Amino acid sequence: MIPVGFDYVAPQSLEDAIGALAEGGEEAKLLAGGHSLLPLMKLRLAAPTLLVDLRRVPGLTGIERQNGVFRIRAMTTHHQVATGGLGLASEAAATIADQQVRNRGTIGGSLAHGDTAADMPAVLLAYEGDVAARGPSGERTIPAAELFEDYLTTALAPDEVLTEVRLPSMDGYGFGYQKFNRRREDWAMVGACALVKKAPDGSCEDVRIGLTHMGSIPLRASAAEDALRGRGLDSDAIAGAAEQAAEGTGPPGDLNATPEYKRHLARVLCRRALEEAAGRA
Amino acid sequence: MSATVSGETAETTHAITVTLNRQERSAEVEPRLLLVHFLRGTLGLTGTHVGCDTTSCGACTVLLDGKPIKSCTFLAVQADGREVTTVEGLVRDGGLHPIQEGFKEEHGLQCGFCTPGMMLTATALLAENPNPSEEEIRWALSGNVCRCTGYQNIVKAVQWAAAKMAEEGR
Ligand SMILES: Cc1cc2nc3c(=O)[nH]c(=O)nc-3n(C[C@H](O)[C@H](O)[C@H](O)COP(=O)(O)OP(=O)(O)OC[C@H]3O[C@@H](n4cnc5c(N)ncnc54)[C@H](O)[C@@H]3O)c2cc1C
Ligand code: FES
Ligand code: FES
Repeated sequence: MIPVGFDYVAPQSLEDAIGALAEGGEEAKLLAGGHSLLPLMKLRLAAPTLLVDLRRVPGLTGIERQNGVFRIRAMTTHHQVATGGLGLASEAAATIADQQVRNRGTIGGSLAHGDTAADMPAVLLAYEGDVAARGPSGERTIPAAELFEDYLTTALAPDEVLTEVRLPSMDGYGFGYQKFNRRREDWAMVGACALVKKAPDGSCEDVRIGLTHMGSIPLRASAAEDALRGRGLDSDAIAGAAEQAAEGTGPPGDLNATPEYKRHLARVLCRRALEEAAGRA
Repeated sequence: MSATVSGETAETTHAITVTLNRQERSAEVEPRLLLVHFLRGTLGLTGTHVGCDTTSCGACTVLLDGKPIKSCTFLAVQADGREVTTVEGLVRDGGLHPIQEGFKEEHGLQCGFCTPGMMLTATALLAENPNPSEEEIRWALSGNVCRCTGYQNIVKAVQWAAAKMAEEGR
């Protein structure tokens, strides 16, 4: 499988990359790790006329902690996130495909691609993190809750580069990540991530739950969160809250799982993720 | 850069220089040329195999700056200025690399189709972790599929190589 021919540039600055995108028009695409885009191009489901490769743009990799926020530059690979000591984000990144894919795929590419079956989008939601985007008219911040709009559609403009992902450090929160698939390296049939903070009396001070592959975009399990916040964190309370994990979701059926089965998975995985998170909180 | 007409659109070829198996190689390539086709077609190095062509099987695994990647999902232009190692580069001083000996000694292959990729992934693992547990070996190899062996002897081959390399002080 060979992609349709295209032109290629690898600019040495962010300004030049943005300029090349603007000049290339609608059919110009950024290339990061290429592990979503190149498979689509090989299948000829995508045929950009110009690829703007970010590999030479300086300052786009690495993780820094500043004032309680982890700043993860866009071209940081899944492998680097997985081994970066970031708690939930690292644990989730370590479940992405296999070593070869994690050595190429990037956190920025994953979020910009906006696949509802991908692991990092729901994680970004649960952290209530945000991303920085740079375009011809400057930089803006897009909060997680506004980034994902529909299947493979984000709030990023075609001439914007996602430059950085910001995750609060969530000190004092326990976390859990649960992903269900048939083989270790597969995409999630359903995934659930949880962040739990305990109050001094052992009750649940705060809880965040993110769901992967339960709709056209990643979702928060708000009903389950509301059912747990301020309550005890014993296994009955967690099980009760997790029963509401599929409220308000619209999971797409596919070859692996019917929508009904996915709702079941969401409840089970949510319970397990909450138990894991509460145990670590 | 020179303009050529190829496939559906006119595009420009790019000059790339890659350090391939410790030797500099330069070529003019179309942007859409995949690294695996550059290796097999342009350079005639057919040790790197194409299995699934969909980033799943790992038969096309090569090392990019020492890290395993799937060369069916990587453009030759992306390799410009970087170091690539293929199975042909494992040979040292005209002799087999311990990982190659290990596959031979432990019967780590049957048809051999997956073997170059397996050996490269294993080499990268041993460079980082010279004494991996069985679990760590299986985890590292999870992006490489073998349809013949059932993996038991592949794991043993990697353990054999780890022991040999420790003995040789590599
Ligand atoms: C076999 C296989 C299995 C996989 N399994 C999983 C899995 O289990 N879980 C999972 O989450 N993912 C999985 N993936 C996807 C993988 O994580 C991709 O690497 C990731 O989704 C895209 O990142 P990338 O850097 O490769 O982006 P690319 O493919 O380079 O780009 C993807 C899209 O985002 C755009 N883009 C890239 N970077 C930017 C940026 N900085 N700013 C704006 N736009 C940008 C591109 O133009 C393109 O449209 C799998 C991929 C493969 C091939
Ligand atoms: S041929 Fe590249 S992963 Fe199978
Ligand atoms: S030996 Fe035949 S595929 Fe592995």
